Amino acid sequence: MYRSLFPRDLFAEVDRLQRELQQSFDTVSPSIRGFARGYPALNVGSTPKSVEVYAFAPGIDPARIEINLERGVLTIEGERARTLPADDGKATAHINERFEGRFRRVLSLPDDIDPAAVNASYRDGVLHVSVQRRESAQPRRIEVQ
Amino acid sequence: MSNQSVTQTPEQASPSREEPALLPPVDVIEDATGITLYADLPGVPKDRLNVRVEGETLLIDADLVLTVPQDMQASHAEVQRTHYRRAFTLSRELDPDKVSAELSQGVLRLRIPKAEHAQPRRITVQVA
Repeated sequence: MYRSLFPRDLFAEVDRLQRELQQSFDTVSPSIRGFARGYPALNVGSTPKSVEVYAFAPGIDPARIEINLERGVLTIEGERARTLPADDGKATAHINERFEGRFRRVLSLPDDIDPAAVNASYRDGVLHVSVQRRESAQPRRIEVQ
Repeated sequence: MSNQSVTQTPEQASPSREEPALLPPVDVIEDATGITLYADLPGVPKDRLNVRVEGETLLIDADLVLTVPQDMQASHAEVQRTHYRRAFTLSRELDPDKVSAELSQGVLRLRIPKAEHAQPRRITVQVA
């Protein structure tokens, strides 16, 4: 009886609604979707052999980015220098949207990563951290004798 | 545009690409001699950046290029598009022919000087 109150595809409807809402947000202000979750924005992906983390952190001295991996938790920390002029009355900031100051982002990695095999590179303002998975955790084909 | 560091690639030259793009955050600072604009464009190499002035509009178009392993599966993505676009209307006292641009570590710095007649001048008072 309770069930009849719900149309059968309610969840599909909610899902569709949610997607439409998200899409309308996307077209109006993609910047909010893209950068509102903190600085730097992160993209994460994985391959059978590694976990790849991309941090969109433009305008930072690579030597001053601190990357720590402790108990499977990856922390990316640093500071972004101020580009706005000192408030001396000689210059006016009309738009001030870019991030400045200290940042810190934390993400937990899968259990099978190898903490000793981490590579980090910085190019065109994107920090790429590649963490290898442990050899033993990689899928293996087992031969039948 | 009088700067070599900004290169146009043919596929970006068409202004008709109207699919949703990332809106890069900017800082715009004005001083006595002109305007400095900083834009965050992470992942954009020099040859995929296109800055141009059309009439009174300053257009920034850029492609995000990310080298990812071929068999990678995305599990979390906060940046979901690969194109940046933003436009600004310039005011008349700015000199569109003298815009200079430099791109370094994903940050674009544009300098748009004010035209000669709009530069501040000190007027000497003649003593009679």
